[in-house]
Amino acid sequence: MLGPVIAGLYGTVLPAFGHFPAIGLQGPSLDPFRTLLATPGIATSARLSLTTGLVATALSLLIVTLVTAGWSGTRAFRALERLLSPLLSVPHAAAAFGLAFLIAPSGWIARLASPWATGWTRPPDLLIVQDPAGLAMIGGLVVKEVPFLLLMTLAALAQTDAVRSGQVAQALGYGRLTGWIKGVFPRVYAQIRLPVYVALAFAMSVVDVAIILGPTTPPPLAVQILRKMSDPDLAMRTVAAAGALLQLGLVIGALVLWRLGEVAVAALGRCWIMAGGRGRLDAPLRWLGIGAGTVSALAVLLGLAILAVWSFAGFWGFPKALPDSFTMATWVRHAPGLRAALGETFLIGIVATSIALILTLGCLEAEYRHGLKITSRGLWLLYLPLLVPQVAFLPGLQTLMLSVGADVGRTPVILVHLVFVLPYMFLSLGDPFRAWDARMGTTAAALGASPDRVLWTVRLPMLLRPVLTATAVGLAVSVGQYLPTLLIGGGRVATLTTEAVTLSAGGDRAAIGAFGLMQTGAALVPFALALLVPALVWRNRRGLRHG
Amino acid sequence: MKHLAILAALLAPLPALATPNPADWDAVLAEAQGQTVYWNAWGGSTTTNDFIAWIADKAMADYGVTLEHVKLTDTADAVTRVLSEQQAGVNDGGAIDMIWINGANFAAMKDAGLLFGPFAEELPNWALVDTKDKTVQTDFTVPTDGYESPWAMAQVVFIHDTADMPETLGSMQAVLEWSKANPGRFSYPQPPDFLGTTFLKQVLVDILPDPSVLAAPASDDTYDTVVAPLWAYLDELTPTLWRAGRAYPATGNAQFQLIADGEVDLAISFSPGAATAAIANNELPDTVRTFVLDKGTIGNASFVAIPYNSGAKAGAMVVANLLLSPEAQARAQDPAVLGYGPVLDMDALSADDRALFDAIPLGIATLTPTELGTVQAEPHPSWMTRIAADWAERYGVVQ
Amino acid sequence: MDKGLELRQVAIARGDKPLLSIDAVIAPGQVLTIMGPSGVGKSTLLSFVTGTLAPGFTATGQVWLDGHDITHLPPHRRMVGILFQDDLLFPHLSVGANLAFGLRPGGSKAERRAKIDSALAQVGLEGYAGRDPATLSGGQKARVSLMRMLLSNPCALLLDEAFSRLDATLRAQIRDLVFDRARALDLPVLMVTHDADDAQAADGEVITLG
Repeated sequence: MLGPVIAGLYGTVLPAFGHFPAIGLQGPSLDPFRTLLATPGIATSARLSLTTGLVATALSLLIVTLVTAGWSGTRAFRALERLLSPLLSVPHAAAAFGLAFLIAPSGWIARLASPWATGWTRPPDLLIVQDPAGLAMIGGLVVKEVPFLLLMTLAALAQTDAVRSGQVAQALGYGRLTGWIKGVFPRVYAQIRLPVYVALAFAMSVVDVAIILGPTTPPPLAVQILRKMSDPDLAMRTVAAAGALLQLGLVIGALVLWRLGEVAVAALGRCWIMAGGRGRLDAPLRWLGIGAGTVSALAVLLGLAILAVWSFAGFWGFPKALPDSFTMATWVRHAPGLRAALGETFLIGIVATSIALILTLGCLEAEYRHGLKITSRGLWLLYLPLLVPQVAFLPGLQTLMLSVGADVGRTPVILVHLVFVLPYMFLSLGDPFRAWDARMGTTAAALGASPDRVLWTVRLPMLLRPVLTATAVGLAVSVGQYLPTLLIGGGRVATLTTEAVTLSAGGDRAAIGAFGLMQTGAALVPFALALLVPALVWRNRRGLRHG
Repeated sequence: MKHLAILAALLAPLPALATPNPADWDAVLAEAQGQTVYWNAWGGSTTTNDFIAWIADKAMADYGVTLEHVKLTDTADAVTRVLSEQQAGVNDGGAIDMIWINGANFAAMKDAGLLFGPFAEELPNWALVDTKDKTVQTDFTVPTDGYESPWAMAQVVFIHDTADMPETLGSMQAVLEWSKANPGRFSYPQPPDFLGTTFLKQVLVDILPDPSVLAAPASDDTYDTVVAPLWAYLDELTPTLWRAGRAYPATGNAQFQLIADGEVDLAISFSPGAATAAIANNELPDTVRTFVLDKGTIGNASFVAIPYNSGAKAGAMVVANLLLSPEAQARAQDPAVLGYGPVLDMDALSADDRALFDAIPLGIATLTPTELGTVQAEPHPSWMTRIAADWAERYGVVQ
Repeated sequence: MDKGLELRQVAIARGDKPLLSIDAVIAPGQVLTIMGPSGVGKSTLLSFVTGTLAPGFTATGQVWLDGHDITHLPPHRRMVGILFQDDLLFPHLSVGANLAFGLRPGGSKAERRAKIDSALAQVGLEGYAGRDPATLSGGQKARVSLMRMLLSNPCALLLDEAFSRLDATLRAQIRDLVFDRARALDLPVLMVTHDADDAQAADGEVITLG
């Protein structure tokens, strides 16, 4: 998995240092960096990338911690858990678009309150979306990172004996939330550290959310890089490459900063634990947590509802809460395109996910049979494609694949999807696979079952649900890929996501609504099947119902 | 030095060497049969996408050419692609067979030798093209030299929602006065979006006493003096813009949303028929109309070009020629479809073909050719490059 | 050749640190009990016998079963049955299918079916073949688990704290059942426990480790 990243980075480093033979530039030279630093607003862009990424990740982690600490095991928590799959399957772009239309001065919230409460017959001229500090963008990132980190936390909880630790802490007189944070959080955090890093790196270099919700005067760094890449002046590609390296440096710097923050928080936390306080602020913090979690979930779900309304809308002006009329016109008009894109999306997703599933199961089973343990260094390598900003290595990779004669089209796209699908599937399946009671395997072997028979007739059937969930995760990741599909597919591979992002550049909200819904559906249906199929297959097996 | 000049002359692309040779049209048709043409064209507009799908059906039915629309968010993505292929030594069978292109992207590709040609003026339907009154042989003052073939005319119009803004405005000065009187009700796409830079050009062309200086390349001597009035204008305009100029719509179509939401009342467009088409598509209220300035507005042509490494050059030429057919041109002009201006010379058409155009209803928000008035020439691209860069410095960083 | 289970100079170490060493012969129908506090390596010894020693442990010596050296055979060829403190019935299979999993291949469908039904009948669970194991009581699960193991025709029996999860009355009942069966089938039994009652009931040699 490392090859493509390193190859791509190599293809970025050369032009960044002024070596670009295609347009007659021979390096090395620092000109690309000089031009980059002379770009108006580049310092602000870099700062935005850093602040939006760090704030969004810290906020998401805080919300997830407060919700889990204050509410795990309650009915409210289980309700939130059930919402996870739909929340995870909403693509970033669709969620951002929905959020934009929710909070804009002419958005749904304003419309619902106008003119009867606000007196507005025209939207007020307020800079809410695309605000200079990037608050709207942070919001858009938080609503998508919270479900991701919550999923990872749930997986970690299963490994940490959290329920009993929590009970012990409460028996010692600690509040539910304080006890959990002091007693369980350190262990949970150790397990979700890598996913947190992934979320941070992603938030810092995200493009689609930044375009929809982020500031534009100037935009965050990743958008600046993309702009430079699309400059008609071909020499700007070298500046874009220099920007990509700056982005990579920023991500590394932010990770280091975060690591230092971890150390500081741990030190403070130890003092706090030593002080022995039982948690006077428990009640308000609990409600703050569940409040923030609910708002973030609602923002995504309402955004989806709005996409649905738009896709059936006739003309819809301010301040009407609903369109003048409803029509099937958008769906009829886009039906052929949607069908074609859906087919392509699933073909790529299923092939990439199947390969990734085989590789993941192969690795995990080999790990089990030969008693190997994946080292933490190995884990880092696996997650490298998720930590290195896509914009830093994909353009280089594209050039490289061309030069080795790999034809553009579906096959290279599938391979590149695999680079991103595999780590997520490994992340999703690894823990449940390892948590499987190995004595089951010993018992089966003692009954004369060969290792293969144990795998196929005992282990995989028992792990049906996590296997299907991992498959759904893989499909969702594949469905959501934009830059890799666009760059490696040479534009010829049209998936739901590439079509949706292209349309959102045009701003036809009805079309965006239709494609956004289909995108969500393409990721949601596998999640639903992952819940439904085991429930049906094992409907008479109580021992597997809460696995 | 002499030797170098001879060497350069030898290396320059020779017109006669274009293969397949468009002068031998029957051979081109034969070769095109069964080819697949990947047309990279901006995909952000549902109406454009539908038109391209219609062209694809025609190309298959009449010539056996499969036309696939590769939907771009930015034309420069296609330029990048061809460039990467060249860099990687993919000199044949590249991913792109045809690009919807003009202006700076064309100039860049032509300069870098990334285009196939010359072919455009050898196409059979070229005889119908209006080369006299329409700017189809220069693209932003850069000579096309047959390396791109025109297929639509565009002209700046202003779109206003008569429900909130009944008046039309006759000059950019009037636009400024109106915006001061109605703060927050106007914006333009953020440069370097092509429509945003077009707005800047339109300001400059309209407020300069003699815009003909813009036809020559910008030089360090003239640039500052010539564009000074533009900065003065924008310094006055910006505080009166939507969000006080601290945010801008990303594209031309994003302005339609703002009008539909009632956030702004006035927007710029490069397609005289786009407003009518957007009303039909429920993107704009039916109270929207268009107007042009008293002195006229900037116009240019949209072209298609063929990359040097296309594997389906014959097929691409067949499609380029199909785009110039009276049937396709009339369809593109229909505001219910696209509302683009034709590039053909009406006098060169047969009576039947002319009838196709006469039968097209203009639509409620489209001006007649007479009402559209004078078409003003695009400035040389060097102006735009510098203006866009300076704009980013002056207005693109407000924090 | 000698029937029975033999541990020849078996020594197990964790890393460089020696954990235990043992040299013992268990005759058919006899029970060898290994006692000792937790952490002394009792279960590790059993995993060496079943061939599933965890990484990090090293072992020397040999395991002989009915005159064959099985030290290097893969776990599923050793013919050594094991019961853990949990029943470890496969939750995705019915009670009958769990037993069929243990039953060696061969025989017609009807014959296999009959063997399973008779095995259930022997432990008082007639008609339970179609049941979901999760719906059984603790004692019922333990009996199904035992019969599943016996249907695989093991040549030796290992018990890893097999009775420690059961309450006192049930415990004695299941323990007697297991020992009776093992004696009837002439199986050597290696039992690991920390419970003196278990050792007493086994009525055999006791080795205390640690």
